[in-house]
Amino acid sequence: MRKMIMTAAMAVPFLVGAAHAQDSLKIGYIDPLSGGGASIGEGGLKTYQFLADELNAKGGILGHKVEIVPMDNKTNPQESLVQAQKAIDAGIHYITQGNGSSVAAALEDFVTKNNSRNPGKELLYFNYAAVDPALTNEKCSFWHFRWDANSDIKMEALTNYMKGEKSIKKVYLINQDYSFGQAVRTEARKMLAAKRPDIQIVGDEVHPLLKVTDFSPYIAKIKASGADTVVTGNWGQDIALLLKAAADAGLKVSWYTYYAGGAGGPTAIKQAGLDHQVYQITEGIPNSGNKTAMGFEKEFRAKENMSLWYPRAVNEMRMFKAAAEKANSLDPVKVAAALEGMKFEVLDGGEGFMRKEDHQFFQPIYISSFGSLKDKAKDPFDEENTGWGWHLVSKIDTAQTILPTTCKMKRPD
Amino acid sequence: MLELIVISTLNGVLFGMLLFLLSSGLTVIFSMMGVLNFAHASFYMLGAFFGYQLTRWIGFWPALVLAPLLVGVVGMAVERYGLRNTHRHGHVAELLLTFGLAFAIEEIVSMIWGKSPVDYRIPAALDFPAFTVFSTNYPAYKIFMLAISVSIFVALLIVLKKTRVGLIVQAALTYPTMVGHLGHNVGRVFMVVFGVGSALAGLAGVIAGPSLVTQSDMASLLGPILFVVIVFGGLGSLPGAFIASLLIGLIQTFAVALNGSLASAFGPLDPSLGPSVLTDIWNVTIAQIAPILPYVLLVLILIVRPMGLLGTRET
Repeated sequence: MRKMIMTAAMAVPFLVGAAHAQDSLKIGYIDPLSGGGASIGEGGLKTYQFLADELNAKGGILGHKVEIVPMDNKTNPQESLVQAQKAIDAGIHYITQGNGSSVAAALEDFVTKNNSRNPGKELLYFNYAAVDPALTNEKCSFWHFRWDANSDIKMEALTNYMKGEKSIKKVYLINQDYSFGQAVRTEARKMLAAKRPDIQIVGDEVHPLLKVTDFSPYIAKIKASGADTVVTGNWGQDIALLLKAAADAGLKVSWYTYYAGGAGGPTAIKQAGLDHQVYQITEGIPNSGNKTAMGFEKEFRAKENMSLWYPRAVNEMRMFKAAAEKANSLDPVKVAAALEGMKFEVLDGGEGFMRKEDHQFFQPIYISSFGSLKDKAKDPFDEENTGWGWHLVSKIDTAQTILPTTCKMKRPD
Repeated sequence: MLELIVISTLNGVLFGMLLFLLSSGLTVIFSMMGVLNFAHASFYMLGAFFGYQLTRWIGFWPALVLAPLLVGVVGMAVERYGLRNTHRHGHVAELLLTFGLAFAIEEIVSMIWGKSPVDYRIPAALDFPAFTVFSTNYPAYKIFMLAISVSIFVALLIVLKKTRVGLIVQAALTYPTMVGHLGHNVGRVFMVVFGVGSALAGLAGVIAGPSLVTQSDMASLLGPILFVVIVFGGLGSLPGAFIASLLIGLIQTFAVALNGSLASAFGPLDPSLGPSVLTDIWNVTIAQIAPILPYVLLVLILIVRPMGLLGTRET
């Protein structure tokens, strides 16, 4: 099959009378396609394939057809390095990954080492979802670019919103036991203590990453703590099953989450009857009110039968094209240089920029709540056929999302 | 606090009974053939996927009966055409066969149903809160799971202890040649026992599938715990497996429910307050180590009582 596509890709330019045959531009998609992270890994893959098709319909990038190469890493850092090496061996120069900051840290390190040892075989790493702040601070690398707001930025925005919610008295923190989950709980404690010293932290829990299949013991504990609000950075099946167990037990609290919108989350929230009590912080929402973004959402849903979880992936792929065209080259070093400091009009509207110092992308972010949609004209999109959808609660402009970095980047000579 | 204890006990007993459904078959098969069946958790996974598929075709209730039967048939086929042939080459060959089978089943399942979780839902008839304790709902489906597990345990006990069939099975476990000389088909007894053991694992899969997550790595998630259960309870001992299952179920659930860390055990002399490179270790909570507690138990029991709680021979 791949041979056929290659042949076709090589034959087409001849047929249309192009001067030379073009190889396809391969992007290694290193994310879980099996195990606990598979449900969202497959959603991400569909998103990237859709975006590649979109670019290809307009002539690809610099005339090269974009091809997404799925590489299953089982959410395992070790496995990810094997896949990255495979990508290098296959002559791939661009990889993208998102699920798991543990994976991201390993990949970032691998890419940096590889690129300094093998000039000419550089690998550029586009991170679309791993939000551990360390990746663009103490561990930052010239070869890593991050399109999602990092965890500290999200927590800053989330706690700014929580500050005004007087009904919050007792907060329970539950997170995954690895670098990202730890970052969430540390920042949540610190920021809540500074902004709302009256709030009591009644629980601070970490659980194994993507291993728990029944959260009811945890839910019983949250219930017993008397919490009225839960803050969690859980993603993938860890948020879906957590919400499902909460629904089963009839736990009625408000939820401040990073990723409640992933596969299975909306269904569980509806089942629990938590009407506009679950909040999510993202760089875009389906019902954003932005015409272009909503048009894109509609088209995407019609074709892929899922909602757009990753507006940042759209920004990533479009910026990749813009950077390659600016550099007029597919050389990773030149593309990376072109991406640095690049300004870009993001999918949901507003200008974002890729900060040169740490390769963190800054963009407007949104807090939304999930529940019944009163105004169908304004909020046309529901999730997972529940009839409920995301409603915009608060928008934070790019300028308010900027946090300092400690990154001291080493650039190639 | 009382609420937490009641709910955690219910959850713990439920998880324990599920473990028992699985380990009962495993432990009987072990005492019969002298071989640990590494593929046992795979039969559990097969049960869940068969249950899912049959539920889509003919509904949950027929699937509840048919899927374990199907798994039982697969189990019998494995015994008849696999294990019986490798038996003469010794235990290592049998062990390797079940080991390979576990991988093969996992691959086949992910080839057919994909690697991501399938949408295996709780039947509508059972999708309601059964009762409310201290304002916490307890799902009816979990009560249903509990009821099934308990009734299987009782049925198994009656069959093994009170009936002629049980007598022959027990005899065949200890003196297979003698039972053979008395005119019983020992080979068939083994095959049926293996089939029933697999069917029990399959049943556990069918009922656990909708409540937990049905996906191709569910066997490898649960497999190691099963070995803890049967080694802890004593290899080949059904009551031992029962006690160990409940114990591990309760320990895992309560470990999550408890607060506290190693450091807090020292009260005001909390060592984590002092400057130490060990601060991280002192501050690890019981909840965090919940997943490894069963394995700690395994190590301890092997040191203190190598034959397990109620076992009769050394593991």
